[in-house]
Amino acid sequence: MEVDFRTENSWEMNVEILVCVRRVPDTAENEIALNRAGNDIERDDLVYSINEWDNYAVEEALQIVAKAGGNVTVVTVGSEDDEEVLRREMAMGANHGVLITDDAFNGSDGKGIATILKAYVQKGKFDLILTGVQAADGGAQVGGMLASLLDYPFASLVNSVEVLDGKKLKISREIAGGNREMNEIDLPCVLSIQTGINEPRYVGMRGIRQVASVEIPTFGTSELGVDASSVGDAAAKVKRVDYFVPALGKGAEMLQGSREENIDNLIGLLKAKGGLK
Amino acid sequence: MLDGIPSAAQATYWSIPGPVLFSVIAFLGLACFAYIVAKRLTPLLRAERDVRFDRPLLRLERVFKYWLGQWKHPRFRTAGTIHILIFASFLILAFQAFSLLIVGISGDAVIGRFSEAAGHAYGVIKDYAATVVFLCMVIAATRRIVFKPARYEVPAKVGKAHKADAIFLLALIATLMASEGLIEASKAALQAHHGLPVGFLAVFSLPWMMNHALASTSPATLWNVYRGAYLVDVLTFYFLLCYRPFGIQFHVETSLFNVYFAKLDKGTVKPVKWGLTQDELDNVKSVGVKTFEDFTWKHMLDFYSCADCGRCSDQCPANAVGRPLSPRFLTTKARDYSFQHYPIFGATGNGTPLIGSIYSEDEIWSCTTCGACEEECPLLIEYIDKIVDLRRGMVDDGNVPKSLQKPLKALESRGNPYGKMEKKRAEWTKSADFQASCNVPVLNGSTSADTLYFVDSITSYDDRMQSIGRATAKILDHVGTKFGILGAAEKDSGHEVRRFGEETLFMALRDDNAEAIKASGVQKIVTADPHAFNALKHDYKDMPPVEHISQLIAREVKSGKIKFNPVENGEQVYTYHDPCYLGRHNHVYDEPREVLDAIPGLKRVEMERTRDRALCCGGGGLMLFYEPKEEQRIGVLRAKMAAEAGANVIVTACPFCMVNMEDAIKVAGLEGKLTAIDLTELVDQQIVREIPNIVATAEQSAEIKQEDALV
Repeated sequence: MEVDFRTENSWEMNVEILVCVRRVPDTAENEIALNRAGNDIERDDLVYSINEWDNYAVEEALQIVAKAGGNVTVVTVGSEDDEEVLRREMAMGANHGVLITDDAFNGSDGKGIATILKAYVQKGKFDLILTGVQAADGGAQVGGMLASLLDYPFASLVNSVEVLDGKKLKISREIAGGNREMNEIDLPCVLSIQTGINEPRYVGMRGIRQVASVEIPTFGTSELGVDASSVGDAAAKVKRVDYFVPALGKGAEMLQGSREENIDNLIGLLKAKGGLK
Repeated sequence: MLDGIPSAAQATYWSIPGPVLFSVIAFLGLACFAYIVAKRLTPLLRAERDVRFDRPLLRLERVFKYWLGQWKHPRFRTAGTIHILIFASFLILAFQAFSLLIVGISGDAVIGRFSEAAGHAYGVIKDYAATVVFLCMVIAATRRIVFKPARYEVPAKVGKAHKADAIFLLALIATLMASEGLIEASKAALQAHHGLPVGFLAVFSLPWMMNHALASTSPATLWNVYRGAYLVDVLTFYFLLCYRPFGIQFHVETSLFNVYFAKLDKGTVKPVKWGLTQDELDNVKSVGVKTFEDFTWKHMLDFYSCADCGRCSDQCPANAVGRPLSPRFLTTKARDYSFQHYPIFGATGNGTPLIGSIYSEDEIWSCTTCGACEEECPLLIEYIDKIVDLRRGMVDDGNVPKSLQKPLKALESRGNPYGKMEKKRAEWTKSADFQASCNVPVLNGSTSADTLYFVDSITSYDDRMQSIGRATAKILDHVGTKFGILGAAEKDSGHEVRRFGEETLFMALRDDNAEAIKASGVQKIVTADPHAFNALKHDYKDMPPVEHISQLIAREVKSGKIKFNPVENGEQVYTYHDPCYLGRHNHVYDEPREVLDAIPGLKRVEMERTRDRALCCGGGGLMLFYEPKEEQRIGVLRAKMAAEAGANVIVTACPFCMVNMEDAIKVAGLEGKLTAIDLTELVDQQIVREIPNIVATAEQSAEIKQEDALV
């Protein structure tokens, strides 16, 4: 971390930020259905987008460097298809995109992904690492594991970040009941970012076209120096065995009657269940 | 000498000879005016490029109609009539004014060069013209002071009211008229004293009345009155000339140019930057209007030309429901900005972002692009292009409301704002009972057709609007059109994508559609969606001819291919709501009405605001996703208007109008009293269909022919 001690002006701090992102099927634009074998979702005709939580993390990173100076790098572990989300986040304003891809990485579980990312983090000099709280198709594992592997402090469900000086952040975390817990955390650290922390900017198609031909560096096992046996399918200790769509339960009630009756019924029900006082 | 008596050129003022004094005043006045105008032109020279020098003949024709002919003015009867009178009188008086100014310097009357009869006739006309202007000033001031029409109000947050300025200007013009009258009157009185032939004064005109008032005044006083009035007249003239560029009266100078350079092609949107290819567009640093200097020079001229009459905002649907948008203030705020940042004296300052200073985000997103403001403006000031340019700037900065980001992203990945699967785009054709009566082929290379039915997203995917699609298909089938749809290959027309400022995404959608349309080999396109209609007609290039279904129905009613059963319930009263992109933007007003009037027994009324003054339903396309700040829905105003007109059924011809009207009917509590139906649904319901498998006998067909003859 390059800290300019001559001045306290925050824009001199130059925070180097890495945001770990992931490309997921967009739940708003797909009709998710099981495949015939029942062990995965039907992946034909799917459209993908950036995992929503990650998008908030990138926006937060951009807002931090806008105030404190520095650079934002977005990284993803995946395949060439995933370049699409890197470019989108670069169109949003990220300075660099990095694709980590290797056949040996296929089938990695959360720990495997964290191991790969750790290797990349150690190759660079990052002050702050952001992930989304979770992925739409994941289990909110990677952020915490990555921090642990790096032996960095970690805060989850972060919904505000303030750079205090070159060494500390003031953050708030979402806790039960919509309350906030304020913390100070030492840099370097890992934060998992909650949605709602900011309003991610719109990425226009012109912006995407502008970064369409930017070279995106790729890293594999050899570049990262990762032991292939510690990642991938073979090393995974968590394995997906099945997918299922829960059967529709009972509990939905259709109110029948005139509009006035329905409104009265609804108010009655809401009061009975404690939704209205 | 002037008609026997000395002229102002022979007068002296504080021992300065008239010609010297008036030459100095004229020189100073004109120099000041030239300097001020040069300053006012400064931002125009720094502005974005605009293409406005094409089609001079058409432009001249429009100058005759809208400037000289004051075409838009009668739309507001009182103010419009006053304006026409003032404008016509000014044109008449222009000659008198210049000749008067010259008299003081040369002592020679220009009017003397006329033949006696012509001079006499002009004298009478200009006396009355001056009187008319004077009276108009009194009426206009009374309106401002006593009647205070609501549209002149300025809320405190926008700035100070222009009332004092307006009245001051009215007073200056009145002074000009009065001083000219006094010159004429005192001259005539002097002539009478000297026993000279008295110049004719038009009976009951201002000079005539003043002359009567001066009848018993001594010649010495008359000479002083004459001299004084002349000085006042000249000073007022030049003061007014130099004062106008500071306020609403600058339009006296700019209107001619503003009308000449006005936008010619309705329904279109200006390019992001004139003369750039798409690749060049990708590489420019910034697009859209972010700072004042990003406006084109013509748009800046618009700001100068605004007379602040408020007619645009009076008609604006967003303004009517309390959205934070008023077209009038969009202009006046920019003008104030320009005057402040390009001052007459001192350095120019520029580069301030407009959003967040003079404009708010919500203000710019509030516009439905209905075009009511532009339809009304007597000076042909443009609004939609400016709104779109400002939105382009916000989109470029990533500054887009969350409610719009999702549909835009879905349009990018799925080609529709709902994020539905492409392969389900033709699903509306698949219901069993519909398929039994009407087959809608997908034009995917193996099938061909003459006509393409361009369905667009809402009609393809929205459960309710699919009924419009099926009705349209059945009508096309009924009249024997060989048609098909693009199915999964059709993307959203992008009409609102473009108008919401996402030009690059629009281009992608347009290019995909254009390619699919060309590949289908059709010779014609029909659509029931006015937004798609407008896009295909104006935003796409080199398309086969496009028609809205109402035009086709009207034609086939005339040709006799479509006949209607009488309405079942003769008690019901129908009214037609003009969709903005069918009516105002494309002038299709009559065809839908002709179709309705061809249905036997159908009673039709017009709403208070109709045709080119129709109130927007609330906006289509992406506007359905936007969550505006408003006191009530625009559609509710419209539904109430229909109810007030005594209608039970609103007929519209646009799926977005249908969404808004059906919602509005519920919100307004008019359920059971008012329903909405699309023109295609009504036609489909009333159409006379031959009973299948029964071949008309010769006798029957003869009967039909007789009926035809009667029609």
